[in-house]
Amino acid sequence: MNHETADTVVSLDGIVSRAGERVIHENLELLVDRRQIVALVGDSGSGKTTLLRHMMGLTTPTAGRVSLFGRDLSELAPAARREHCRRLGVLFQGGALFSALSVFDNIAFPLRELRALDEDWIARLVMLKLAMVELEPEHGKLMPAQLSGGMVKRVALARALALEPELLLLDEPTAGLDPDRSRSFVRLVGQLQRELGLTVIMVTHDLDTLADLATHVAVLAGRRILTFGTMAEVMAQDHPFAEAFRGGGRRISARAGA
Amino acid sequence: MSGAPCLLIEPGRVTATGDWTLAALVPVLPALRKALADAGDAERVWDVSNVERLDSAAAVLLWRIWGDRWPPDLLAGDLQRRTIERVAATRIPLSVRGVDGHGLIGRIGVPVLRLLDNAIGMIAVYGQFLLDAVYFVRHPREMPWRELSANIYKAGALALPVAALVGFLIGITISYLSALQLRSVGADLFIVNILGISIIRELGPVLVAVLVAGRSGSALTAQIGVMRVTEEIDALAAMGVSRSRRVIFPKILALTVAMPLLVLWASATALLGGMLSANLQLDISLVYFIENLQRAVPVSNLVIGVGKGIVFGFMVGWIACHFGLRVAPNTESLSAHTTRSVVTSITLVILMDAVFAILTRSIGVPQL
Repeated sequence: MNHETADTVVSLDGIVSRAGERVIHENLELLVDRRQIVALVGDSGSGKTTLLRHMMGLTTPTAGRVSLFGRDLSELAPAARREHCRRLGVLFQGGALFSALSVFDNIAFPLRELRALDEDWIARLVMLKLAMVELEPEHGKLMPAQLSGGMVKRVALARALALEPELLLLDEPTAGLDPDRSRSFVRLVGQLQRELGLTVIMVTHDLDTLADLATHVAVLAGRRILTFGTMAEVMAQDHPFAEAFRGGGRRISARAGA
Repeated sequence: MSGAPCLLIEPGRVTATGDWTLAALVPVLPALRKALADAGDAERVWDVSNVERLDSAAAVLLWRIWGDRWPPDLLAGDLQRRTIERVAATRIPLSVRGVDGHGLIGRIGVPVLRLLDNAIGMIAVYGQFLLDAVYFVRHPREMPWRELSANIYKAGALALPVAALVGFLIGITISYLSALQLRSVGADLFIVNILGISIIRELGPVLVAVLVAGRSGSALTAQIGVMRVTEEIDALAAMGVSRSRRVIFPKILALTVAMPLLVLWASATALLGGMLSANLQLDISLVYFIENLQRAVPVSNLVIGVGKGIVFGFMVGWIACHFGLRVAPNTESLSAHTTRSVVTSITLVILMDAVFAILTRSIGVPQL
């Protein structure tokens, strides 16, 4: 495995996670560099979401080190840790929009929490984020309950981008979207990633999402990262995941071969 | 590689360096604003090409300083220019957030309409309950016994300890306070009448109703509300299961059954507390107390107390279910409706208690 460099955004080192008796991760290692789009794949229950939650700082592994931007999360004091976590944006699977707040207020919420920006500044930023995710300013007035599934994802993405994060964590970004919406959402994330220079880590089951978006793939199996590399590298190897992929996603082989 | 955002102001030229990102801006914002205000008032060349990173928050800051237009001379890299272009392209609609501009009429009318709406909704729940009751009398095999017993257990059996505690303490308090007054006029023995009538007829039912409204009424509203939020209610309907028969009916019936039992229980513990207190304060023996209780309190008081329990139980369940069904799928609505459910229950229970007092004014009170 490679070594940490100045460009390393996320570094997981010797992660052990247990849920009661069950061991989820054992000595898991992963290094993600700036501007990579990493897809975490693996069977259900292999601990992808747990890993993502470790990176968000929501849970702490039983043992091991989670570093973001070169700093160990467990060594940071709670206040510094919250500060640090502003550098990452999270898109939860169900959107996790605040149901009591309008779309505008949802996106404005993290900005207001900074307690440094004035309302005009916030309003401009919210409008900018709405435009980024291809929503109209009028959508700002809607309540989350009035949005369709695709719009919820977009608003959640806009909120995740509100604090100008450097790292974006996506949990099943296209789950629950129809193929059309899913493709356009993937295109949107890819475009934003290029323009904003984001690093993206996502958990996904959707082969099309993987093929269209990911630059790197990390296969989680047997409690550790089985293999990590660029799309082409992973595809060239001989393991069950690549097999399954070649069977299921014909478009991959075309792209990997090109 | 990155530094705090910096502004170098020279005559005719402003140069920005450092990291112009939201995270870097926030700590130095006050100083930076002042510097920007100085820089913004004259026509100068702006050079942002040496900025490490320029994000949209910083771009908005600059754009506002420039007075919403491009400065006459701007030196910027491609990426930076694109970021600023995007800021330039956003338009802010005048009213983004909803305004609730009700006048005087609105401020009076909205609550009145809401009251009417709630009244209609409650009548509908009531009517549905009666229809379901008729249905279950005709089809007793379809009665959801399991839900009913589970609800009776939750609202009744689990409430026994707290009802006993509250009853016992209230009994002691009332007995103690009454004893102080009675002793001064030498009417010690009337403690039995006072405690018996007030607790069995009045305090027991009202106390338990308030307790159950807070404990079970709020739980029912929240439960039905969350079932609406998570579409469980819709799932029931989709399976062809009647939500009113399956969810609402057993809950209301369970409270109607459990409440009178709780009333008896709480009244008994309250009398026990009062008895002990009277024994200590006024030296009235427990045997004397119990013997005299039967004489001082006609049985009709017990009937009234239990009857109130039945009616209050029904009301609490009825109101809780009504408000639960009105919860809109968001957290704000859930909390608002749970509050409304409890407040309405308690208010209506006390109103109803007054009605009871008027209707039963000639029953069960010994005439001296």
